[in-house]
Amino acid sequence: MSPKPPSHASTLLSVRDLTFRFRGQTQDVVEDVGFVLRRGETLCVVGESGCGKSVTALALMGLLPRNAVRIRSGTVEFRGERYPVNDFDRVARFRGGEMAMIFQEPMTSLNPAFRIGDQIAEAVERHRRCGRAEARARALEMLQRVHIPAAEQRLDEYPHQLSGGMRQRVMIAMALANEPSVLIADEPTTALDVTVQAQILDLMAELQADTGMGIILITHDLGVVAEIATDVAVMYAGHIAEYGSAADVFGDPQHPYTIGLMSSVPRLTGPRQRLTTVPGMVPTIGTMPSGCRFSSRCPFAAPVCAERPPLAEVGPGHRAACHFAPLDRTLELSA
Amino acid sequence: MLQFLARRILIAIPTVILISVFVFALQKLLPGDPVLAMAGEERDPEVIAYLREKYRLNDPVPVQYLTWIRGVLTGDLGMSLRTNQPVLVLIGQKLPVTIQLAVMAMIFALVIGIPAGILSAVKKGTVTDYAANVVALSGLSVPNFWLGIMLILLVSVRWQLLPASGYVPLSEDPVRSIETMLMPAFVLGTALAATLMRHTRSAMLGVLTSDYVRTARAKGLAERKVILKHALRNALTPIVTLTALLFGELIAGAVLTEQIFTIPGFGKLVVDAVFNRDYAVVQGIVLCTAVGFIVMNIIADALYFVLNPRLRKQ
Repeated sequence: MSPKPPSHASTLLSVRDLTFRFRGQTQDVVEDVGFVLRRGETLCVVGESGCGKSVTALALMGLLPRNAVRIRSGTVEFRGERYPVNDFDRVARFRGGEMAMIFQEPMTSLNPAFRIGDQIAEAVERHRRCGRAEARARALEMLQRVHIPAAEQRLDEYPHQLSGGMRQRVMIAMALANEPSVLIADEPTTALDVTVQAQILDLMAELQADTGMGIILITHDLGVVAEIATDVAVMYAGHIAEYGSAADVFGDPQHPYTIGLMSSVPRLTGPRQRLTTVPGMVPTIGTMPSGCRFSSRCPFAAPVCAERPPLAEVGPGHRAACHFAPLDRTLELSA
Repeated sequence: MLQFLARRILIAIPTVILISVFVFALQKLLPGDPVLAMAGEERDPEVIAYLREKYRLNDPVPVQYLTWIRGVLTGDLGMSLRTNQPVLVLIGQKLPVTIQLAVMAMIFALVIGIPAGILSAVKKGTVTDYAANVVALSGLSVPNFWLGIMLILLVSVRWQLLPASGYVPLSEDPVRSIETMLMPAFVLGTALAATLMRHTRSAMLGVLTSDYVRTARAKGLAERKVILKHALRNALTPIVTLTALLFGELIAGAVLTEQIFTIPGFGKLVVDAVFNRDYAVVQGIVLCTAVGFIVMNIIADALYFVLNPRLRKQ
């Protein structure tokens, strides 16, 4: 179901068949999700709120509450090791070290009771097993690296003394302090001003160019995706609807949902027209259609959609989970 | 911070004045006459008149109040009508006893209540959580006097481990002093432990789902460190405030426990004074307790400042 990881030597992380549900629910919140992340590349996971993109990231980091979640399947290949997603002890060893994460809410993601220098140093001490002074020096170096002015003073300040953009920089400094090969960024710019958003994205790109880390960027902002994505995975209701290179997914979208998403982005060029939206709402767990989960909102829905479409190849490295993909051919045939 | 404290202390002044008026007025409304109690069986009208004159009980009530409050301001709380000792001396004798009891009770409460609260929050929805809650609820609902009597029966009478009553000053024999106070402190402490446990639990539950706790986990920190450092540090802020307030209450609330274990503390003093219509003593004690309570309140607020970096001014 999930794409085969290419035999590329530069593959950093590959995830296969990730399926889990929350306890007490009858349908999986994430089903058969898989993707590949290569060195120096950015994989954007896009979709509406509630499509399962954030919980997928949390599952990879082992941050879902263990007793609230039932992981049904899922294998991860990371750093040459292959392990089941629910091998929490293994994940805990490199969490914050080799694989780090930043979050959506910089305002609340730092502990209000501790100085930011100490919060960064703590992550360094944990993974490098080094002394206080060394960790503090590293914290300072990281603050400078994320372009925080007067970094030496900031080291001893508390989070409330910093703006949202600064706090997100601190979060990035903390996440990157141990030189992770994979950074998961869960909507890192959603809570920030537009100008600050661009700064943070630029910073991430700059640091990526320096270190060659792979970034998984979770977002619903297609503008951001177009700017920095190498690959795109479009998620809908816990499934991957379409997956491929950014050029393919944007230039030649093959899933009706992707097309809907694209046309709901306002454009500055071309004739003025009413903004289109994808009609309806994402179905909630328990009310998902049993076949294609998008069928309840899909303009092309047909009886065949009661069966779940496979994530099938529609071009080299480009996959879509739709019975009618590739769409242009289907439309041609029906014409 | 200094400015804030100054403001708090200024606000406290009218509060204290109000309390003093209230206490004084309440005394006057109480049935019974101290002079009649003092004059003895014969109730010689001359003696009664003399006593009334001596204690200025013939003055109008507002004048009596002013006389009293003038004394208070100069550090003179008056004389006990019964024992003819200065009220300040009486309080000075009894207060340390009650403070020792309160401190020991608070130690019991903290040592039991906070770990239990943390545990039940972390293990929310498990048997441990339910067990802790049941114990806490029993701690809150079991009356002090019953628990005290049961402890005396079991520990003192049956096992003969600890003395059932009595009091030895801390300065005389520290070990013995602490021994005699153990049971009363435990009795007083358990009820508070339950309160503290409930508050710690809810504060921890609020904090454990916060974003910064998730960040701490994402750093790869051990769960123990996540809970005891990142979560607890933030959950403790309201708990410290609560502890300061509970401590004020403890001093006032020790009355019953002191009676059961016959500890010559504040509680015993106030009960005796009320029964004997010993106005000056009752007024002095209530005033002292009120001031103590207000001081604890101010300390609680100050601690809040110290614990919460967001409130500190640079």
